[in-house]
Amino acid sequence: MIAVSNLGATETTGGGSSLLDVTGLSVGYRSDRGLVSALDDVSFAVGTSEVVGLVGESGCGKSTVAGAVLGLLPRSAQVHGSVRFAGEELVAARASVLRHLRGNRIATIVQDPTTSLDPTFSVGQQIAETVRAHAQVTRSVAKQRALEVLAEVGIPDPRTRYDDPPHRLSGGMRQRVVIAAALVNDPALIIADEPTTALDVTIQAQILALLLRLRDDRGTAIMLISHDLAVVASVCDRVVTMYAGQIAERAPTGSLFAEPGHPYTAALLEALPGSGHAPGELPVIAGTVPDLAGPLPGCRFATRCRHRFEPCDTRPPMATVAPHHDVACWLRVDTAEHP
Amino acid sequence: MSGPVASLRGLTKQFRVSGLGRRTLTAVADVDLDVEQGEILGIVGESGSGKTTLGRCLLGLTRPTAGTITVNGAPVTAGDLALRRTVQPVFQDSFGSLDPRWSVRRSVREALDALGIGTPPERDGRVDVLLAEVGLGPEIADRRPGTLSGGQRQRVGIAAALAPQPRLLVADEPVSALDVSVQAQILNLLAGLRRDHGLTIVFITHDLSVVRHLADRVAVMYLGRIIEIGTTAEIFGAPAHPYTKALLSAAPVSDPSRRVVPRLLTGEIPSPIDPPSGCPFHPRCVEAFAPCPIERPVARETSPGHAAACHLVGPGADHPQPAGASPVTA
Repeated sequence: MIAVSNLGATETTGGGSSLLDVTGLSVGYRSDRGLVSALDDVSFAVGTSEVVGLVGESGCGKSTVAGAVLGLLPRSAQVHGSVRFAGEELVAARASVLRHLRGNRIATIVQDPTTSLDPTFSVGQQIAETVRAHAQVTRSVAKQRALEVLAEVGIPDPRTRYDDPPHRLSGGMRQRVVIAAALVNDPALIIADEPTTALDVTIQAQILALLLRLRDDRGTAIMLISHDLAVVASVCDRVVTMYAGQIAERAPTGSLFAEPGHPYTAALLEALPGSGHAPGELPVIAGTVPDLAGPLPGCRFATRCRHRFEPCDTRPPMATVAPHHDVACWLRVDTAEHP
Repeated sequence: MSGPVASLRGLTKQFRVSGLGRRTLTAVADVDLDVEQGEILGIVGESGSGKTTLGRCLLGLTRPTAGTITVNGAPVTAGDLALRRTVQPVFQDSFGSLDPRWSVRRSVREALDALGIGTPPERDGRVDVLLAEVGLGPEIADRRPGTLSGGQRQRVGIAAALAPQPRLLVADEPVSALDVSVQAQILNLLAGLRRDHGLTIVFITHDLSVVRHLADRVAVMYLGRIIEIGTTAEIFGAPAHPYTKALLSAAPVSDPSRRVVPRLLTGEIPSPIDPPSGCPFHPRCVEAFAPCPIERPVARETSPGHAAACHLVGPGADHPQPAGASPVTA
């Protein structure tokens, strides 16, 4: 049976209570050409100790979701909908509330550790500073906590490394420091935006293993934003596929890769070099992403979709095709008519 | 066709490093390599493996410290115009390699003008042919790079590389900056150029899935040396060198039903300024034994065309298996 729910309805998570509930989130920017719809009615949840992947190509809005959760969007952004973290509403929350959450209950890891580390302070000082920004503790207590997390993320000889400036460390070690800083206040949620994209593959494997170990040991939930489907396949419990500011599909990782329900997800997987096609014969996705400033009444993928038919001119509802597997596509609404 | 398109013998490139004391960074160390006519040869490795420097030597953009390069049987030197016609580059960042003020037509024409190929009117016609070749319409010709998408810019970069009718393309991470759907288009384009025109391509990348898809042969580099080379099927199906095995196991696979715990390498890639003694991989190798820190292993064939530089590899492996280590070769 195919059940159809309203697009804005909150999904059920794959077990556990929802730590983060994003419901009907829309973000727009005014421009000369009209309102640019960066996010449109985005809903998903992240449960405690879950690793949820947010995937999509450049400009699909996956980093805007992170900005909206963290309250770090530009002032010009028009935000509608709801972002609830541990039951607390974050959309339109006071700046002081968000400041208290960031780096504390919600931590972030970004792609390039050089931008999140201050080159003029030692790596240890920066972590200790994160402690003191959120707790009234002495410098020596803060330093002790910093040393503990540096050891926990696998920095050899933390006492010596504590005083090193970031540039003394390799890229992989710097990313470990960034993770240590993210962990030091024992966050409930880590938002990791392309955390391994700048790293070599053997170092990437170390960092991904570290993130999974932290989830297992501490129960930290992770929202992993990535363009890399292989990384997402290897570490995520559930995956959310985004296209042009909308959610195309939400599913448990196994279900999404085995039976992608949305033509966009399916096309992305087919376009991967590992999809088994001969050289020169990778299926491509024709066309380009629509202009998000224009009127976009229907499915945003329709102009590039091989399965387009009349209903696609209006926006598809979210259809549940399997347990916890939701697809925003008219093909999935009535499978009898369109197999 | 007979003979390799390009041959490297004992190719070495060292850089002086400024700072305290006189230090030398060995980017490429004693590389022997033949690039065969019409093949796509993948060169994979991590940061500091020397893969980019190797490509620059092949392109004549960097003068080797020692060793020889021959292209079409003739020795080449840096800055050689004939070499520039024969070997052409495709870079990762086509934004950086195209002049932002120039039209697409001018960028693609540049190589024809510089090398004096054809008459000026012929060159314009040739630009249109080249753009069509890479899947771009003539309306693109008058646009500036800034108004193009990443995929279109990379196509323009490839059209410019094809302008002097090279025999060999050296493509360094040509799809790494592109989204999956665009990456597929560029990979198809490169495969088509080889299929339809017999173009030889050296494809340098860190991305194993791309190499596995596209390349006929793969060379794996570590700290300036080729530590294993073989057909793509052999490298991915029966890797012989412990580093190759670790690299393959570390690469994530886009199939959650085949999740494996990777053989995590301990430590970091050592500095090419002060590489480890003996086998450069020994400090990170789980199978290292007595000779590894002392003696550098030479490349030995495990089967025709498949060679690895490891003391545990090959019919001539003259060292005993270490206790507790798993056998490496069949």
